[in-house]
Amino acid sequence: MASHAQTLTAADADRFHMTEEHHPENGTLLGFWIYLMSDCLIFAVLFAAYAVLGRNYAAGPSGADLFELPVVAVNTGLLLFSSITYGFAMLSAQAGRKTPTLVWLAITGLFGAGFLTLELTEFAHLIHEGAGPQRSAFLSSFFTLVGTHGLHVTFGIIWLVTLMVQVGQRGLDEAMRRRLMCLSMFWHFLDVIWIGVFSFVYLLGALK
Amino acid sequence: MTAADTHAPGAHEGHGHDAGHGSLKDYVIGFVLAVILTAIPFWLVMGHVLPTAQMTAVAVMGLAVIQVLVHMIYFLHMNSRSEGGWTLLALMFTLILVVITLSGSLWVMHNLNTHMMPVTAHDMQQMP
Amino acid sequence: MSPDLVKFLFGRLTWDAIPFHEPILLATFAVVALGGVAVLGLLTYYKAWGYLWREWLTSVDHKKIGVMYIILAIVMLLRGFADALMMRAQQAIAFGDHAGYLPPHHYDQIFTAHGVIMIFFVAMPLVTGLMNLVVPLQIGARDVAFPFLNNFSFWMTVGGAVTVMLSLFVGEFARTGWLAYPPLSNLAYSPDVGVDYYIWALQVAGVGTTLSGINLIVTIIKMRAPGLSLMKMPVFTWTSLCTNVLIVATFPILTATLALLTADRYLYTNFFTNDFGGNPMMYVNLIWIWGHPEVYILILPAFGVFSEVVSTFCGKRLFGYSSMVYATVVITILSYLVWLHHFFTMGSGASVNSFFGITTMIISIPTGAKIFNWLFTMYRGRIRFETPMLWTVGFMVTFVIGGMTGVLLAVPPADFVLHNSLFLIAHFHNVIIGGVVFGMFAGINYWFPKAFGFKLNSFWGKVSFWCWLVGFWVAFAPLYVLGLMGVTRRLNHFEDPSLQIWFVIAAIGAVIILFGILAFLVQIIVSIRDREALRDVTGDPWGGRTLEWATSSPPPAYNFAFTPVIHQIDAWWDMKQRGYERPTSGFIPIHMPANTGAGVVLAGISTVLGFAMIWHIWWLAALSFVALIASTIVHTFNFKRDYYIPAEEVVRVEDERTQALRSLA
Repeated sequence: MASHAQTLTAADADRFHMTEEHHPENGTLLGFWIYLMSDCLIFAVLFAAYAVLGRNYAAGPSGADLFELPVVAVNTGLLLFSSITYGFAMLSAQAGRKTPTLVWLAITGLFGAGFLTLELTEFAHLIHEGAGPQRSAFLSSFFTLVGTHGLHVTFGIIWLVTLMVQVGQRGLDEAMRRRLMCLSMFWHFLDVIWIGVFSFVYLLGALK
Repeated sequence: MTAADTHAPGAHEGHGHDAGHGSLKDYVIGFVLAVILTAIPFWLVMGHVLPTAQMTAVAVMGLAVIQVLVHMIYFLHMNSRSEGGWTLLALMFTLILVVITLSGSLWVMHNLNTHMMPVTAHDMQQMP
Repeated sequence: MSPDLVKFLFGRLTWDAIPFHEPILLATFAVVALGGVAVLGLLTYYKAWGYLWREWLTSVDHKKIGVMYIILAIVMLLRGFADALMMRAQQAIAFGDHAGYLPPHHYDQIFTAHGVIMIFFVAMPLVTGLMNLVVPLQIGARDVAFPFLNNFSFWMTVGGAVTVMLSLFVGEFARTGWLAYPPLSNLAYSPDVGVDYYIWALQVAGVGTTLSGINLIVTIIKMRAPGLSLMKMPVFTWTSLCTNVLIVATFPILTATLALLTADRYLYTNFFTNDFGGNPMMYVNLIWIWGHPEVYILILPAFGVFSEVVSTFCGKRLFGYSSMVYATVVITILSYLVWLHHFFTMGSGASVNSFFGITTMIISIPTGAKIFNWLFTMYRGRIRFETPMLWTVGFMVTFVIGGMTGVLLAVPPADFVLHNSLFLIAHFHNVIIGGVVFGMFAGINYWFPKAFGFKLNSFWGKVSFWCWLVGFWVAFAPLYVLGLMGVTRRLNHFEDPSLQIWFVIAAIGAVIILFGILAFLVQIIVSIRDREALRDVTGDPWGGRTLEWATSSPPPAYNFAFTPVIHQIDAWWDMKQRGYERPTSGFIPIHMPANTGAGVVLAGISTVLGFAMIWHIWWLAALSFVALIASTIVHTFNFKRDYYIPAEEVVRVEDERTQALRSLA
């Protein structure tokens, strides 16, 4: 909480206004972090719905019947790899190296796309087997939770492509580095949510 | 939301940007830890390593919590200094609310279910 | 055209959706349409479109956005109050053989719309509007942290309001009550568009509310003037901070819960259905995790207003500043631990009910502490009974009684008797009218001169206050009585004729409140007419204490020519005491955010998207969704979002003020 806003310099002691232009700190990163916190609560509701309704199979299939853990493991790996490649993109961006930044961003996007492809294949397979979101409250909450995460990844990829175009046009100035930082937080945040998904939904669901 | 770059891009570098700048070492350590912390729970569940399902469940959730912390520290670069501590404060507050929402809903709904009269044979099977 | 093509083009929208057979709605539509045409005609006649677009609709100035929020709230108040009058009239006459004039189908829509409009489109915009108007001034900032988002948030709120209003004339509104509990709100029991209007109106407005919450939090954290540490912030800024924390932390829960209901209705999932493992009570549980903090979102800023008003009009520093701050923070946190008291009767059992009963009683402690702080501020103060102070005293008397009936309802066994009764209706109107509405009227009367440069007429202000206060008690005391006799809410017909007298009294009360609202409108019109007589040149008409009174009224676009430096609580009082001289030279260019039309465009597309989803016009929904993403991306390519007000312009504005102040002396 020690921001420069409150600490008065000796010059301020007996004056009531500044005579030079006052620049407040940029609030974008904090604002985006607070947005992520609100997003986190959206996921909290979806997890709560899954926690309460996730055993209501309505005489239909359960997680143990449906989940294919090897596929989930591959998916988790894809997301993890995309996290570290995004990290590499950020390191390149901080060093001001445009081409490596773009390359790492592209690789991150590809990992994300791979994740989405696998997830959509899994969904299609489940629906084909008659285990669609309408089948039971368990499947409703499963599809909604995992699907919402997937939707976030989709928007992340759209955003990533947009930023790649902008970095290509403008280079890595302060504004672009800040935007990359926001997407970085978004991307890693989705990874954190995925830890909850694979542990709580897939692994615990496959247990019984 | 990238819609926020209003106040003078470039005008105030050096403020509050100690947040979020990891080093290569940070990312690599985080990645290795994350891989390990992902591999163990998958191995526990797929290999039926522990004697009971309950123990496995506890272990999986415990490892998940540790991995969330790893991601927070090494990928999101959380610390008590970034943005004057406000990000950490916001995170703690949010985590408390997440816990209240999850455990509260479970507690309330579980109590409700135990007090409901079974209506059908199917509901009867769901009774504890 | 083939029926298939028509269905493709218009979804389930047909001519039957237009209520030609409902005379009340047709008459309303005629009035709205004529009024709308008149306004549009006047705007065109005076060639005001360009001015309106440049200076207001696309403005990112927090003061103008605040004013627009409040105008939206007043317009919607008229709609929501018309609903209230219709309900009161129906209940006053619908006894025995007399069915009244509103069939259940219509009556149910009215009470749903009344609740939704009053909470989401009257109370919320009033609160957000005041916070927007005042907070940046109180912390010595030039604008909010994200000025474009602020404009966008406002237009999303308007989009939600427009969606609700549209349901009057195209289709119908939900018949489910303001929280749309399933299974009633599910497809099986509400297959028509009513609940969809409800969902999409709230979702569109909810995005705006959440973003505005983030915006104001960052503004308060990052943009305070030098020296303004947290424990020197004005109490209104503190309550705004806590309110916005609550907004950011709860509106996502509403969004997610409504999204699950949407999935049930559009994708046939089974979250809240009666079969396939769904559980309607889960919806009730989730929506109140949002719903209870929501009432604190509304009341906390009102508490902030009263704190400012009391200390200003008693000429004293607020008693117990720190305890006021801590009480606000404690309320913020505790408000998350009480949600189950809204459904004690669900049957969650004794342990759960007693936990939530006790937490609910605990939350009355910090609230009580606040009441004592205000009382002790008044004690031995030189109280000036100007209009804002009248509202404050009226609040203290009324709200305390509402709070006590609330503690009564917090006792689970008592709640089993009173749940869903008119006692509950009387209770929450007691705290929302007596707390939020009185607070917002106090705030409007208090800050109006800051926003426009002239005071509001005090005679009509007092008429308005007394009508509201008396009208409130005449309208709701009978409901307490009826509730204790066991009469339940949301009924449009009664059998027992002995109850009728109470409903007639309540209807008279509603008419008295109507006079209060009319007096408020007259107050504004008369004040605009007499604005030269009511003009305030000093910028500090009340002898204020906080920073917003340090600048001119209305403040210039940049708020303060130089950013103030703060040394104490009640910064402006401190400046006045120590002989502060307003700077008259040495002005420098000021960096400001530029206006943008992107907010109007994005919110407009979102509203169309909502409309298309409501009527199942899938091609339009897809099109507007793609357009929304595309326009957002296009907007991110706009990097020119700021400009400098040249020093000469600042000199011109400040010299004008110097002249005005000199002529005063």
